[in-house]
Order: sequence, then C-alpha cells, then structure tokens
Amino acid sequence: MGGGPFLTGFAIDYGRMNGTPEPIVEARLVKRLPPEQDSDGFELNVHLRTGPGITVLFGSSGAGKTLTLNCVAGFARPDEGRILVRGEIYFDATTQVHIPPRRRRCGYIFQDHALFPHMTVRENLRFAASVALVDKKRPLLQRRRVNELLELFELGELAARTPAQLSGGQKQRAALARVLAGDPRLLLLDEPTRGLDARLRSTFYDVLQRTRERLDIPVLLVTHDLEECFQLADFVCLMDRGRFLQAGSRETVFAKPASVEVARMMGIHNIIPAEIAVLDPGRNGSRLAVLDSFLDGPYLPGHLIGDRGWLCVREHEMKVGTEKNPATTNQLAVRVLTTSPVAAGVRVHFEGDLCVSVSESDWQEFRGNERLWIEIPRSAIYFIG
Amino acid sequence: MPQSTSIDWFPLWLSLRVAALATIIVVTLGTACAYLLSHKQFRGKNLFDSLITLPLVLPPTVLGYYLLVVIGRASPVGHFYESITGAPLVFTWQAAVIAATIHSAPIYIKAARAVLESVDYRFEWAAQSLGATEWRTFWRVTLPLARRGLSSLGTLAFARSLGDFGVTIMVAGNIPGRTQTLSVAIYDAVESGNGHVARILVLVVSAGALCLLWAAAHFSRGSRLTTAG
Repeated sequence: MGGGPFLTGFAIDYGRMNGTPEPIVEARLVKRLPPEQDSDGFELNVHLRTGPGITVLFGSSGAGKTLTLNCVAGFARPDEGRILVRGEIYFDATTQVHIPPRRRRCGYIFQDHALFPHMTVRENLRFAASVALVDKKRPLLQRRRVNELLELFELGELAARTPAQLSGGQKQRAALARVLAGDPRLLLLDEPTRGLDARLRSTFYDVLQRTRERLDIPVLLVTHDLEECFQLADFVCLMDRGRFLQAGSRETVFAKPASVEVARMMGIHNIIPAEIAVLDPGRNGSRLAVLDSFLDGPYLPGHLIGDRGWLCVREHEMKVGTEKNPATTNQLAVRVLTTSPVAAGVRVHFEGDLCVSVSESDWQEFRGNERLWIEIPRSAIYFIG
Repeated sequence: MPQSTSIDWFPLWLSLRVAALATIIVVTLGTACAYLLSHKQFRGKNLFDSLITLPLVLPPTVLGYYLLVVIGRASPVGHFYESITGAPLVFTWQAAVIAATIHSAPIYIKAARAVLESVDYRFEWAAQSLGATEWRTFWRVTLPLARRGLSSLGTLAFARSLGDFGVTIMVAGNIPGRTQTLSVAIYDAVESGNGHVARILVLVVSAGALCLLWAAAHFSRGSRLTTAG
C-alpha cells in the first residue's frame, strides 16, 4: 500500500465521526425464522451498538452473525426493531420504514467476495463507482477514484484481469477496493478470510487495518476464528443461538468473560469448579478451594464466602514442573491422564479437566512422571460465580 | 429431376420468419415472466405459474380454439387489431406468429426461471449494496451471467416455434403462399400423396432441428460462471 494523497474523490465527514459519543450503528433486531425440514426454528434477538473502528460479531456457525449483517445491509427484514446508522433510520418496524439495500451505502464484502465474474477488476470498480449514490454524474471523478483505488490496493497490473485469473489474496483486495469505490458509510465483512492460508490472512488484516486508519469507516466483521477476532476487533459481540452472550471492548471480553460459555468461546480450556473459602478485602485477596487444594486469588467483589463457581485460567498463564516450587503457594499436584500433539508441541491433559500445552523438549523432561505440579499465578486467576 | 423444381420453398421462409418473430417475443416477454417468477413474491404466483404451464398440457386443438375466441374478429382483441390494420388477425401469418409463441413460451419460461435462479444471489446483492437499482442489476449482472443459458434456451425456443402444427392450423389455416408453414406444408404434401416433397421438407426440418440443438448445447457450455467463488 503506497503513500501519497489518498482518495481525493472521497467526501468523508470526519467531523461527525470523531469524538461523537453516540453509536454509529444502533440496531435492535428481532427476526424469527420458521422451522424447516432440516432445521428447528431460529430467533435472532440482539441489540447492536457499535462505535468507530472494527466491531467483530464472533460465534460459531448458526449463531445468527450473517443474519445480523444482512439485516443491517437490508437483505433481511427484521420482524421487530429499528436500525439507525449515524442517526439515519434504515429500518423501523413500527413506522414500516425499510430503506432498500441500494440506498444504505453499506459496503458489503461477501464470503467468496462475489466479484462479478464477467467483468475485469477495473470494470468491477467502475461499476461500483458508477452506481454509487454520490457523484453519480461525474464520470471523471469516478475514473479518478477507480485509478486511485487500483493503485492503493496494488491492483494496477491486475486491472485487466477477470476474477477467475486472480489469487485468493488478490480477489480480497479487489473486493475491498470495489466496496470502497462506492464510498460506503459502513463496511460489512462476512468471514472475509475464509479459505485463506495464514500468510494471506495476515496480509489481509494489514490491508484492513490500514484502510481503517486512512478512511475511518466503521467496520462490522463476522468471523468464527478466535485469532482473527483477537487481531482485528476493537469491540466484540459474542453471539450464540441468536443472542449476544457478551458485548464489549476486546480487552474486557477477553480478560473478563461474563460466563463459562463465553470463557470457552474465548479459548479458555481450563474451567474448573471452585468454591470461595476466604475473602479478604483488607489485603485485596481471596482463597479458592480447587481440586482438594487452595489457591490465592484477587479479591472478588460481589461474592460471598461459600459461593461456588468456576475458575478460568488460560493455558499459557500456567507453568508446569516436575517438582514443587518453594517460592509460591499457588500450585496444584495433578495426575497426568493423556497427551495429544499440537502445533507448538504437546498438550498434556490432567485430572480435573485441566490441560496445558508444553514444548516438545519440556515434555521429554516431564514424561514418565505420574503427577506434575501446575503453578497458577495469582494474577491469572479469574472466577466466574 | 423435374420433380424437384416443383417444390415451393415459401413455407420454409414463412416458417423461418414466423419462428424468428415468435422467438423475439418469447425471449423478451418470457425472460420478464421468468424474472418475476424467480425473483419476486406476489399474490397469485402459483396461479400465474400454472397459467404459463397450461399450454404444455392442453391439446393443440383446445389451445387453438381458445386463441380463435381471443383473437377472432368478434373478440375485443381481434376487433382492436382490425381497427388499426384494417384486416382481421385470424388466418394471417401474424396469427401463426402468435400460435408459435404460445407453443414455445411455456418451456422457455420454465427453463429460463431455473437459469435465473441459478445465478448466485450474492452477485445481485453485491450490485445492490453498491447502489445499483434492480433494473441496472438485472442488465449489468443477472442477464450477463445468465446469457449463455438464456441463449441456449432462445435457440431451443426458435426450434420449437419452427415446428408448431396444431395451433397454427387452427388459427392461421393452411393457405398456400400466405399462411402455410413448413409443418403444415408437410402435412399437406402427405395428404395429397406428394411423397417427394414431404421427404425433402422432412429432411430439411430434421437437419435444421439438429443444427439448432447443437447450437443450444454449444451456448449452454461454460455456464459455470453463474456461481460465486
């Protein structure tokens, strides 16, 4: 991505976007899908509020992520609710307002990109520029914008090719350039890196971050890839069976999952039953009974002694050793059950549903021991009541 | 040898002209109907679909009878036509065009609906979310992607229009040099014991149909373009 003057054809109202406290997209959506032969009924019921930056709708398939995107884009009509984008009503069930997709200016990037196969890359961009609601009758400006976008996304030499002649990464850049040619108010991306290898994914993340920095267009991105969610999100909405389980900034959702379900979705494998044995607000600490031992943790406001819940610890925060570390008390001696190979080495499964990944060389050191010591630092302890 | 000079080629030219006009009408109106059926939800859609399919199952004589009622001199349509052109519509080559259209339209519309439905909706959604009207999406995206399939169907519609007999003889009659199409001429030749003429015309029709089927198969290749990915 080159530098230089950027997209002179764009008319972006930075003033309204920066520093405004109200959400850019505010959508209350209720949409019911009747039961069919191969599926039970489904109900989407969410309240989406997004600010500037990248909002990720994260969840497994069938959670209603794409349906949410389609409602915002106007391709699905909610049964109830209201959609506001920058204060403009796109949909309102009570007043029967339903702005058609073509007037919503949502740059929608579909799975598999949906570049028009009968047009070259340049024609795809020209089409977008010519049908965009702004500058409709200014062909010179449209041509200029197309050329700038081709250059920006390093598509200049590929402009005369058809989508069939492009690689996966090139198609993605072309798809992004095409939606930007239409000067969207909002970008909607539906699993944009599906089917791409790790290298192309990271290139795309880079392109998307730069686009976002330069254009300041809010992005709503759908994914079921945790890594992608972590890399891109400013704001995360965790979805499951048509509901938001938790919505908040990336840091909050990753560090403080609201439920065991969310913790699992966030890739926390170690979720073990625990009971609060001691609460000490004076020392800002607590003591949890876990697997016949005690672990010291931070103070747990809002909980009482005797409360039962779940202790959540991320794998990478736990340390494994063959002997007890005298310097710390937060250790558990647990029996090794099985092992399974992972990319980084070996995942060791212990009793009590605990697992930790260790490197191959560490495993050579540990193997043969029936029990291993697991150290859980105080800061890694997170209790869900 | 002298026999061959007695063949009147008028029915061939008339049939080609009638089929060409009928194909233009079928492709234009038929594609519109197919688009309605494939892309729109409206009240009475199933009834509309059944009405379009009806000519496929009704005997040609029944269809011909209906047409005579609808376009006959006493009907409003026939009357209107006569008031404009000064001549009745029935028993003219124009009536043969209507007969050929009715003959080939149902099959064209049914298959064209399937072709239009096979165009990946994401291309149309992409066009619309970029700001394109439905009309523009149809012309710039849907139609180009369905072009091969529809061309193939248009060729088949032409072949089918060329071969109508029952409805044509009911509404256009068998007036040599005016409304006698190829299939009617073959019937006429067989009836009057003119086997040589019948044989040649049958061969011409068969060879023509074969060429058209080959062309249709040629057009329908490469319709993989219609899906995303």
